[in-house]
Amino acid sequence: MRRLLWPAVVLVLLLALNVFFTPSFFSIQVRDGHLYGSLIDILRFGAPLILVALGMTLVIATGGIDLSVGSVVAISGALACLQISQDAGVFTAVALALGLCLVLGAWNGFLVAGIGIQPIIATLILMVAGRGLAQLITGGQIITVNSEAYKVIGGGYWLTVPFGVLIVLAVLGITAFLTRRLALGMLIESVGGNAEASRLAGIRSRGIILMVYAFAALCAGVAGLMISSNVSSADGNNAGLWIELDAILAVVIGGTSLAGGRFSLGGTVLGALIIQTLTTTVYSIGVPPETTLLFKALVVTAVCLIQSPSFREKAFRRRGRTAPPSPAHEEKVRVTA
Amino acid sequence: MTTTAIGRTSVPAKYLPVLVTGCLFAAMFVAGGIRYEGFASGQVVLNVFIDNAFLLVVAVGMTFVILTGGIDLSVGSVVALSTMIAASLMAGPGWPPYVVIPLVLAIGSGLGLVMGAIVHAFDIQPFIVTLAGMFLARGLCYTIGTDSIPIEDATFTAFAQTRIDLFADLWISPSVVIAVVVVLVAAYVLHYTRLGRSVYATGGSEQSAMLMGLPVGRTKIAVYTISGFCSALGGVLLSFYMLSGYGLHAVGMELDAIAAVVIGGTLLTGGSGFLLGTVLGVLVLGLIQTIISFEGTLSSWWTKIFIGLLLFVFILLQRVFSARTRR
Repeated sequence: MRRLLWPAVVLVLLLALNVFFTPSFFSIQVRDGHLYGSLIDILRFGAPLILVALGMTLVIATGGIDLSVGSVVAISGALACLQISQDAGVFTAVALALGLCLVLGAWNGFLVAGIGIQPIIATLILMVAGRGLAQLITGGQIITVNSEAYKVIGGGYWLTVPFGVLIVLAVLGITAFLTRRLALGMLIESVGGNAEASRLAGIRSRGIILMVYAFAALCAGVAGLMISSNVSSADGNNAGLWIELDAILAVVIGGTSLAGGRFSLGGTVLGALIIQTLTTTVYSIGVPPETTLLFKALVVTAVCLIQSPSFREKAFRRRGRTAPPSPAHEEKVRVTA
Repeated sequence: MTTTAIGRTSVPAKYLPVLVTGCLFAAMFVAGGIRYEGFASGQVVLNVFIDNAFLLVVAVGMTFVILTGGIDLSVGSVVALSTMIAASLMAGPGWPPYVVIPLVLAIGSGLGLVMGAIVHAFDIQPFIVTLAGMFLARGLCYTIGTDSIPIEDATFTAFAQTRIDLFADLWISPSVVIAVVVVLVAAYVLHYTRLGRSVYATGGSEQSAMLMGLPVGRTKIAVYTISGFCSALGGVLLSFYMLSGYGLHAVGMELDAIAAVVIGGTLLTGGSGFLLGTVLGVLVLGLIQTIISFEGTLSSWWTKIFIGLLLFVFILLQRVFSARTRR
């Protein structure tokens, strides 16, 4: 729980900042049977990022990284919209798109677990080629669709709650159940801690790795459907651009180490919410939107510094010289570097 | 076991990836020459250099970082920031180029220095630190201005339009000369100086390097500073090429640079690779674009798919080689 402290503090500070500038920030209304309000907007627009980040969390927990999720977002949206524009049913289109995403994820997993390529490179291949693939599917055009049923995924409501938020809750619930109630989470962490040792202990680490990459791609696929359905169009070039970086940031802000071996789903959700709230905050406190990225860089640096044991130690020592020097700890930090 | 014997008797294994990239470049050139009229000329190769001089410089910096086992995601944004600062300082206050260019280079190196220092001092992953650097630099671009700023300075336009004639109707631009000088200096630093040896040693095994008494921390800070400097210089070359400063210049260039380094046979885990490989990697990327423009009917996204395929093939090859040498 202590790991979640700092991300939670940052999120609360950001929200407090918003209330300070817009007192009505926390008000939530029901209009036309739909929930409205700034908080709901943060959840609604943050839904794709949370989904992608959830998949990324499990990948990072195995000591890997998935750079290709942004391209998978684009491919999934592109294929679904192409199918719908060719008069396929919404269910067929969605199933086809998610099926392709699973295949792409399994390909990533095969490169990492089967061939043994470094994850960052293995997924770089699909990151570069996938963008091309998405544009190939859309023919370089922006495909617009006119389907009410498809629109529901990203822009619809069910029982007054945005449908995207419900999807996120469902995926989060299932993931939390599978990884925290069943042994799967521990298996994933053990693979991340030491893949070879866990293989010797009888864990099928290759299967686990294959599975997490497929899961990450599936999450990205659903996020891609949400993004394209929200605007009723697919843009192979720009959909999900840089979402992989935001997702990795969300995971890191949430306290999951990039080295693998541990993960926190709650932390990831907090991290993704921080990133989305940051964007909202920039608009609500009247900072020019051009400086969003600057703002983001500062917050990211601050959060990462706070979480770095090495930084905390140095800052602590500077404040009070009374703290005894701890060479043993410092040694440990250096070795893991 | 027979594979090791082959590895020993033929070319040393460490040169193999570079050799493969070289062969690929030659093969692509020959294939292009057979297929397209007017392709097999020296000027086509020189044009690849002219159009990719900035990428070459950036990739050189990236090679240093990757050799130590790190990664620098900020290069594309620093390139854009450099074009933006140069353009705005010359357009607004009318600063002369001989002040602006050193200032831009200093800012780029400074950004790299800060990122390197954070990576070293606080043990934060290079991926995250340079990602924050990427946001910061891109954000600074938009803060300066959201529109493209044209450059009308006489020195810059002279650099853009000068043709340096070589023999037999071949010509290059001054940017190519600068890029080649950068490559030569970098190759010298990597292979004949103490810093270069430390770079390889740090990438090979950071712990061993530290136990050997090498200045690992200083080396890491140095490579990010070099990468920052190269990105800024790449930005200056890009502003010669584009004659404008724009916050959306060089989007995704970090990927091109990393791809060039990987195709050039440098291991991303660090410790193994050559600058010549990076040069060949940039040439291969450039030649793919040339071939696609010669083909005419192929759309631009095929470039990305081809680069992805190439990356796959090369990483597979690397994997085979490293598996051989280890056994």
